[in-house]
Amino acid sequence: MPTIMSAPAVTAVLVDLSRPGRYVHWGFIQISVANLVVIGLMLLVFILAIAIPFPHGGKK
Amino acid sequence: MSRRRFNPDRDVAEWQGPSVRYDLLKEVSVAFAVVLVLAIVFAIVFSSPDERAITLQSWSKAAPVDFVQTAMTELDGTSGTATYGPPYTSTPGASQKLGPLSLESLVGVHIPLDTAQQFVISPLRTLPDVPVLDRAIAEYQSAPAPRKAAWNTAYEKAVAKATFSAGTLEVPGGAYGPVGTMMSHLLDMARTGALDGALTATPQLYGTDYTKPLLFIADGAYMGNVASNRHLLGEQWGMMNETGNYPGQAWLWLYTLWYQVPPMNSSSNGDVEVWGIMMGLTVLLALAPFIPGLRSVPRLTRVYRLIWRRHYRAVET
Amino acid sequence: MSTISDAPMEPAGQVGYRPDTRPTWTGRLRRRAVATLPPEKLLPDSQPSYVASWIYVFGALTLGAFGVVLASGAVLAVKGPDWWHVSSAGLFVNSVHLWGTELFFFFMVIHLWGKFFMAAWRGRRRATWITGVLAFAISIATAFTGYLSQQNFDSEWIGTQAKDGINATGAGAFWNVLDFGQMLLWHVLLLPLVVAVMVGIHVLLVRRRGVVPPFPAKGADR
Repeated sequence: MPTIMSAPAVTAVLVDLSRPGRYVHWGFIQISVANLVVIGLMLLVFILAIAIPFPHGGKK
Repeated sequence: MSRRRFNPDRDVAEWQGPSVRYDLLKEVSVAFAVVLVLAIVFAIVFSSPDERAITLQSWSKAAPVDFVQTAMTELDGTSGTATYGPPYTSTPGASQKLGPLSLESLVGVHIPLDTAQQFVISPLRTLPDVPVLDRAIAEYQSAPAPRKAAWNTAYEKAVAKATFSAGTLEVPGGAYGPVGTMMSHLLDMARTGALDGALTATPQLYGTDYTKPLLFIADGAYMGNVASNRHLLGEQWGMMNETGNYPGQAWLWLYTLWYQVPPMNSSSNGDVEVWGIMMGLTVLLALAPFIPGLRSVPRLTRVYRLIWRRHYRAVET
Repeated sequence: MSTISDAPMEPAGQVGYRPDTRPTWTGRLRRRAVATLPPEKLLPDSQPSYVASWIYVFGALTLGAFGVVLASGAVLAVKGPDWWHVSSAGLFVNSVHLWGTELFFFFMVIHLWGKFFMAAWRGRRRATWITGVLAFAISIATAFTGYLSQQNFDSEWIGTQAKDGINATGAGAFWNVLDFGQMLLWHVLLLPLVVAVMVGIHVLLVRRRGVVPPFPAKGADR
């Protein structure tokens, strides 16, 4: 949409998530790809938060 | 009071060591700014889902035969809602039990529903004067119970073979008395949207309670089919899903999980069993600091050695 | 009408005036509050040196997300429940509210994992842990009522499904998930208030007891 700075431009959906959902089936487990991504990211961020060294920490 | 023995999962030696500079206000402010930016970016990139609701009108237009078949079950009292048990009806044996205990029955019927009256007959009465309909309702209401039942059964049989074409419901003939007239008027009423209004009408001007239309819609097959296509059914782990490709309430994964495993996935008491389990687990999580074994998990898994690795490196060398 | 005396009123603090030194409720509360949470504990500018990991930022991130959710929710409340369905600006604010909620739970769960693996309940910090778990549980209920208040297919489906679970517990008789008006008011007023109070107590307890020290080091006698 060529409109600049109008409300519709602000809310333009760059990635259309409203198409039919995709699902992963694994035995009796069924999970949407979106939820799987969210849960995967949580685990990843948790691991990174522990693994990545925290900057500064000079004694006071 | 005697001093208890030191338990590493319960007690600590409070810190006497050095401190480092820290800015609480700055941390919270930066955190707020970071989340705000993330939320705005996600909002711009992904937006949010808003799929139009199903109404009695949209349902009866999309699936008129399903609507009439469902309406018939509301009239003859065999629908899911009509036989639900507490809090809607006093249907015997309908309430879920946890062992001998039925919380539903204990609390009782607080939202009493008579589906024949409230979903079918009363809405029809709100239609402006239609002599043929008025006669049909009067005939139906004054008929003795066995005759009503015979009409109902006859119409159920006929409507199972009903079709809908060119704006008209075609129901094979049968000895169903006034029921056919009532049902075709109810369908017309639904298709104009008047039934939605009639079921949310209150003595006040604005109705905000959608219990009746939602229960009516949910009794039909149409809504379930729409949900099934969107992977939202309970047995599809639908509770944690969202329409489209959006993430849903992923934090309900454990609640959803219990519905998939025996005995809950086939139990008629599944809901109350799952709720019992989840309440129990929530209490367990809240009381983790008191529970021997559980409270030792952090010490035994030794993840803490990684979190505080700088501290241990400093004090152990 | 009676005559008004022009004699001056006896001013306080003059000869013969004895100040009332009996304790007041307010004074007691202030002394108690300051003793429990002195300003340097309430608003600290230093931390024990073991507080050196990214895992510590997830509490603040959860608070930040709570702020974003409250702010975007306030805008939605100001404009009323129909606005976001019909206006693109409204849809944008709704999107911020939704993603703020996703981030809120995202950070809160990581915060929970982190605190679990640090056994952060040690040393008289059990109430901190319990209030955190309660805040988590009540947040789930709050988000759930939000999903019910959307007035779209998602909310009507969630409502008609969830009613069976809630009804089975007996709560459905009073807490009707199919009553939009009731759920909306729970969502915008009652539940956020409870979450805010619970989070407030949680944060004050963290400030009072401080961040949990590490498990004893190897070779330490304690």
